Amino acid sequence: MSLVTPDFGLLVWMTLIFGIVFFVLAKWGFPVITGMVDKRSDRINESIAKAREAEKALSQLSERQAQLIEQTRREQAQILKEAAEARDSMIAAAKEQARDEASKLIQQARTQIAAEKESALRDIRSEVANLSVDVAEKVLRENLSTEEAQLRLIEKMVGEVTGTTKAN
Amino acid sequence: MKGWKYILVLLLALLPVSLRAQEAEEGELDVQEYIFGHIGDAYEWHITTVNGHPVSIPLPVILYSRQSGWHCFSSKHLEEGSHEGFYLSTSEKYSGKIVERDASGAEIRPIDLSVTKNVLSLMINSLVLVLLVLLTARWYKKHDAVEEAPKGFAGLMEMMVTMVEDDIIKECVGKDYKRYSPYLLTAFFFIFVNNLMGIVPFFPGGANITGNIAVTFVLAMCTFLAVNLFGNKHYWKDIFWPEVPTWLKVPLPLMPLIEIIGMFTKPFSLMIRLFANILAGHIMILGVIAVIFLTAKLGIGLNAGLSVIAILFGVFLDILELLVAFLQAYVFTMLSAVFIGLSRQHPETEKQ
Repeated sequence: MSLVTPDFGLLVWMTLIFGIVFFVLAKWGFPVITGMVDKRSDRINESIAKAREAEKALSQLSERQAQLIEQTRREQAQILKEAAEARDSMIAAAKEQARDEASKLIQQARTQIAAEKESALRDIRSEVANLSVDVAEKVLRENLSTEEAQLRLIEKMVGEVTGTTKAN
Repeated sequence: MKGWKYILVLLLALLPVSLRAQEAEEGELDVQEYIFGHIGDAYEWHITTVNGHPVSIPLPVILYSRQSGWHCFSSKHLEEGSHEGFYLSTSEKYSGKIVERDASGAEIRPIDLSVTKNVLSLMINSLVLVLLVLLTARWYKKHDAVEEAPKGFAGLMEMMVTMVEDDIIKECVGKDYKRYSPYLLTAFFFIFVNNLMGIVPFFPGGANITGNIAVTFVLAMCTFLAVNLFGNKHYWKDIFWPEVPTWLKVPLPLMPLIEIIGMFTKPFSLMIRLFANILAGHIMILGVIAVIFLTAKLGIGLNAGLSVIAILFGVFLDILELLVAFLQAYVFTMLSAVFIGLSRQHPETEKQ
């Protein structure tokens, strides 16, 4: 039966045609396609690897950024603290100095006042002495204008002197 | 949509009426001749028959006779009977083939290299295949394929190529698949295109290419050569000194014998599988369509009813054949790849 016996002519033609088709496609057809597809898939894999790397780098970067921010914040706090301390110490020193200055001034004022007082007292005292001499002079001049008065004074004085001598 | 369906069914039902009228003029339909005429080879390509006159493409007949040397003439001379001493045999042995008579008057076959219907169809299909692949390849040359993926037709081809390459070739052949990939891809697309063209019911399709044993024989032969010419030493060791108890090998080489038979049965099964599947598909569709013509004389009602069923079945079978067309190409390629892969195993590296 011709259905299951290969026909010689068709065998020859088929071998020839399939050979040509195979040659043409294997040379200019499929390798081009598969090569390009391979290249593209390589490229895609590469891109994915790169993207992953970039992502990693980015996460590292953000980590570093966070670290940096943290560090900066700490430094900021440190600086603020130091500044506050410096301010406090400066204020304290100024206060101290002011206090010293003030006490010195007060001291000075005090001595000056004392000296003034002393001189004033001295003035007053001499004034008082003069005055009392004057007053005494006037009083004496008044009181001793009469004889009687002069006697009385003498008596009194004598009495006083004797009294004191008696007492002694 | 629903209305459209009814119109289609009505038209299908009316179809046999007109066919019946034509059939009545031509007389009885010879189913066997009808089916075998379609699935077999022919010296001319019969396209259709209009008003009793066959419309066909005459094809070149190329013969080498041991008695009279080379002959080349158009197949239309054969219709008239004998031409240059050659005629179409009606005998049991060479039915439908060109024969001549030798000195003693017995029929003998000359060496027949005619471009028959199948050969022309092979050429057309191959041209289609080469164009499809080269056009796709051209896309890659014109575009920077590393940067962009093809769309449209080139994209479809790329999808199929990568499917065959990734699913079949890389999986089954193993590490040096690149060497075999052009052959296996060519085999896949060659079978697929020829299968599909065989389903197209009119010129330039419709020839039964992959359902022809000569064609599948050459394909299976290529796989046989690919397996045995490039098989490594483990492959040959497995054939001549397989790892079985020694008494199976000496003194009677039982296992080697079985293995050697296996060398041939593998491509043989490839050949028969493709051949039988495609042939059966063609016969089924033709048989279902023949129902329309066979029931023509049973009355118009029965004929119309059976015709509708036959056409629905025909549509179903056509769709099934589309699946089979792909499946057989896939199976042939996959088994070829598996056989090639088996011939290139490295057992010690695979154990690791």
